[in-house]
Amino acid sequence: MTKVLIPSGALGLGFDRAALANGVAAKPDLIAIDGGSTDSGPHYLGTGTSKYARGSVKAEWADIMAARAEAGVPLVIGTAGTSGADDAVDWLLDITREIAAETGERLKIAVLKSGQDSGKMVAALAAGRIAPLGPALEISAGLLTSCTNIVALAGAEQIQAALETGADIVIAGRTTDTAIISALPLAQGCHPGGAWHGAKIGECGALATTNPGSGTILIEFDMEGFVITPMGSDARATPYTVSAHMLYENSDPFLLYEPGGHLDVTAAQYEALDPQRVRVTGSKWVPSDRYTVKLEGARLAGYQTVSLVLVREPRYVANIRAWCSDIQQKCTAKARASVAGQFDLELRVIGLDATLGELDSHAQTGSEVGVMGIVTAETQAIAQEVAKILNPYLLHHALTEQEEMPTFAFPFSPTEMSRGAIYEFCLNHVLELDDPMDAFDLTTVEVGP
Amino acid sequence: MIRLADIVTKVRSKNAGPFWLTIDIFCGSPDVFRRVCDGVSSDIAANAMGADLSDLKRFEIADLNVVKFSLPRPRIQGTALDRDMHGASFANILAEMEIGAP
Repeated sequence: MTKVLIPSGALGLGFDRAALANGVAAKPDLIAIDGGSTDSGPHYLGTGTSKYARGSVKAEWADIMAARAEAGVPLVIGTAGTSGADDAVDWLLDITREIAAETGERLKIAVLKSGQDSGKMVAALAAGRIAPLGPALEISAGLLTSCTNIVALAGAEQIQAALETGADIVIAGRTTDTAIISALPLAQGCHPGGAWHGAKIGECGALATTNPGSGTILIEFDMEGFVITPMGSDARATPYTVSAHMLYENSDPFLLYEPGGHLDVTAAQYEALDPQRVRVTGSKWVPSDRYTVKLEGARLAGYQTVSLVLVREPRYVANIRAWCSDIQQKCTAKARASVAGQFDLELRVIGLDATLGELDSHAQTGSEVGVMGIVTAETQAIAQEVAKILNPYLLHHALTEQEEMPTFAFPFSPTEMSRGAIYEFCLNHVLELDDPMDAFDLTTVEVGP
Repeated sequence: MIRLADIVTKVRSKNAGPFWLTIDIFCGSPDVFRRVCDGVSSDIAANAMGADLSDLKRFEIADLNVVKFSLPRPRIQGTALDRDMHGASFANILAEMEIGAP
């Protein structure tokens, strides 16, 4: 049997300290936590920076490192620093060094990097080793070299290699959410279907229980399946909360594709052992013929400047579409005449259908609306220039010619807010590997006094 | 007028990676589950989401009384035209849809 303790759905989200202490008392074989995903958008992969504040990540990581020291078992973090890009891995390694220096703990750290060299990716594309997933995105050598970061998602094999170094802590770049949890039970001969299914149920911490905020859960893997036990005193796992978790952020609730195969939970059985715990059996692991890892890439998509104005005058609120469309047309024409370079101008009405756009069939205005001007351009200077041309329109544009010049409400000065570089996800592909370690870089370092 | 939201427990949506959106309709009981299975055709759902029917995946999960749809995201997550980074608001489109009497 292999026991994996999961402190929280992600480092930086917070967890109940008492629940973590309960988990340590349950004598786990490994502590595993996820450090991020693509869910917060392409900026974090594009820049290799963290979504969460350094201070809060350091505080939580210090608590989890202390739990590891007390349990005397390895600790693994996957997708370090939100995106798992190499810079994000270095960022968390730096925080780990700082904590070790403060606590006086001497630690062996395995660093598993997932960053991909764009030249190697161009060669892999030419060799027919990169294949698209659906929806298929067109890629080329040019697109691959334009990415600021490309990462490959490590699976259980690469995490196992990192654990085999005997490290106290594994800091991994991009991994699948499940690999950090399934790796040890698989290495110790537990049921493969149960290992991957339990890992999927555990990836979001206590989200598969009645009290997601408690964070910490323990998964016990065995030769037939797994048992999930919430560590929060008032959290319960039920067959419903556990089986329903297969729906979460998953386009297919029965199949989950991983490096080296896929999980099929069609025939899984969920049994309540008592009011807190659920046992799951009957999950199936189906190995694949070829070993592939998924790729993620982000590239620069231009520079943005935004401006926000508030409209409260009832006649303008009632005619806000006409107002925006008139400004859109006149301002674009004026800017095209004076600004050399590519740009797009969008006026988005906040408080009408800004969330869903044309899909919103029930949209209606209240007593006021915000109008956000969004300029996306090939340089920040052009975006800024167009936003400054937009400013007088947002300040004074009249619906009709025969009326006194209106003035609208700006909450800020200056009105233009430069957003800097923006990024976009541009890969939805898999890379074929002869050996699972071919696309990954594993090193060990000693930290502490 | 009866909307889907009036008869089910919850409708939620979320990214399933940067390119897919998934919408879970928690019906709460076998009766409502049958009514949603019958009343919300794949055609209706695809139309409301502005998607091609051929791109829509549909799952009817009787054990959970859940009807689930997955579809390519209306805009790729985080592109300049995307308005909802986590995809959580799309659920409202189905939740506010009218559903015929049983």
